[in-house]
Amino acid sequence: MNGLSYETLARFAQQGGTIYFGLIFAAGLIYALWPRHKEAFDRLAHLPLEKDESDHV
Amino acid sequence: MSQAVAPSDDAPFDAVLLYVFTGVAALASMLAAAFTPDPLFRFHSYVLMAAFTVAFFAISVGMASGKLKSDPTRYADGVIRAGVIATMFWAIAGLAAGALAAAQLSWPNIFYNADLPFLNFGRLRPLHTSAVIFAFGGNALIATSFYVVQRTCKARLAGGVWPWFVFWGYQLFIVLAATGYLAGITQSREYAEPEWYVDVWLTIVWVAYLLVFLGTIWKRKEPHIYVANWFYLAFIVTIAILHLVNNAALPVGLLETKSYSAFAGVQDALTQWWYGHNAVGFFLTAGFLGMMYYFVPKRVERPVYSYRLSIVHFWSLIFIYIWAGPHHLHYTALPQWAQTLGMTFSIMLWMPSWGGMINGLMTLSGAWDKLRTDPVVRMMVVAIAFYGMSTFEGPLMSIRAVNALSHYTDWTIGHVHSGALGWVGFISFGAMYCMVPWLWKKERIYSNTLIEWHFWIATTGILLYIAAMWVSGIMEGLMWREYTPQGYLANAFVETVAAKHVENIIRTVGGLMYLSGAAIMSYNLWRTVRMPGTAPAGSQAMGAPAAPQLAAAE
Repeated sequence: MNGLSYETLARFAQQGGTIYFGLIFAAGLIYALWPRHKEAFDRLAHLPLEKDESDHV
Repeated sequence: MSQAVAPSDDAPFDAVLLYVFTGVAALASMLAAAFTPDPLFRFHSYVLMAAFTVAFFAISVGMASGKLKSDPTRYADGVIRAGVIATMFWAIAGLAAGALAAAQLSWPNIFYNADLPFLNFGRLRPLHTSAVIFAFGGNALIATSFYVVQRTCKARLAGGVWPWFVFWGYQLFIVLAATGYLAGITQSREYAEPEWYVDVWLTIVWVAYLLVFLGTIWKRKEPHIYVANWFYLAFIVTIAILHLVNNAALPVGLLETKSYSAFAGVQDALTQWWYGHNAVGFFLTAGFLGMMYYFVPKRVERPVYSYRLSIVHFWSLIFIYIWAGPHHLHYTALPQWAQTLGMTFSIMLWMPSWGGMINGLMTLSGAWDKLRTDPVVRMMVVAIAFYGMSTFEGPLMSIRAVNALSHYTDWTIGHVHSGALGWVGFISFGAMYCMVPWLWKKERIYSNTLIEWHFWIATTGILLYIAAMWVSGIMEGLMWREYTPQGYLANAFVETVAAKHVENIIRTVGGLMYLSGAAIMSYNLWRTVRMPGTAPAGSQAMGAPAAPQLAAAE
């Protein structure tokens, strides 16, 4: 335990956090921009426009 | 009688489960009422006992008549209709409580009565905040989430009668919280004032809500989960986590109202503001963005401007918001790096917030003319504009040097109300104006003119409110930091209060105008519900209006 000082932990948290957030953001971007998803996303963008006000599923 | 009460053989399992639950809960609250030494706890035990007993008998009657079987080919819209009514009821109640609190600040000699402890400002203020955030906002979120998840998943709500448990259980939570505040029961955590046993009850209701929502997504016939459901789900899951952690407490006794927090000192403050700011981020933002991503495209009949942007909006918003809480604790015992962290993440929030605002506004591409013709569209667009404005102002106020001026002043109150009245209120009103004709099978809202009146009165009210709070907030902030040449503070606190008198009156007027708008809306919706329906032609064959058509067909 002596080796794990506050400074070490803080540096790990800061650098690890930066990398973690960077990767998550990159993953989100890649998922959103992946060419194969475009078709599904275009369809989903129109999903609310379907006439579904009746109570029949 | 006993035959009618007993569950019949073909009673659905979900109803039997709820039947047993309410029966046991009624018994438990009766025992609690009998054995508690705490008169306030006894009062709430009676409330619980009454609620569970009524529910128990309602379910038994429902099971006996066979009405509790759910038809999977039909959407469960009854619980949403109830949600719309509850939303409007609590809107009026919460806004009226706010107007009264504002009147107390403006004219304490008239509206503040020292002999009436129930309406003490310290009790009225949490009543107002909880009623508008959790009762009005919460009911709007539950009702719209139930509507959106069914339509975008093309599946009936899961859980049979349990969506009704979520609805009534949530109203019971509101009643316990509100009566508790007025009676003086509070754990003194901002926006989390209800005591431990009310927190336990909300946890049960919220888990049921999560299961109903997840169960519906699980049954979906649409392969993808529409982005609005992601926002609603983030709201439900995160609120559950925030609620459980922030309310960790040890009750004085199992039959006592009082409890003590599991946290102390600066850890307690950090936990509270981690909760408090994420209540803003996930209750007042993520959930209502779900509303925006369904009702705006639907109303303007245009697709979501950029579905890709909505995905980036979602993931960046939820990952950044969760870190912004420490900006509430500038210049406190919280380590400075943690304050700076909260401030930095708050500023980063500009990106997803404005990305989302642009996505919402640009959905009107090709339909901007509707701004002129449809007051509901105008209301939702103004809501998105207020979303953009308050999410610009918030990060600005989180900057330490700005916060030094703004913190503890009316500026914060104005900021909160531009978000709550402008964004949350208007997007909810817009969604209600959309849903009521759909849910009650009407062609349109009773009066477009009344929507116009609602829009203009409420918008003017918000502007009066926030402009008054900017002026009074910056003024009192400057007065608090003013020194005499000798180095003494120039103003006594009471002088800064007296200086705000006119702004307080303007604020009260603004709040009353917003309340009037909600009252006009309630009347308009009530008249809409009472209009003749748009049933299919066949079912109208008996009615007089259908007769000429019949003759023509012959």
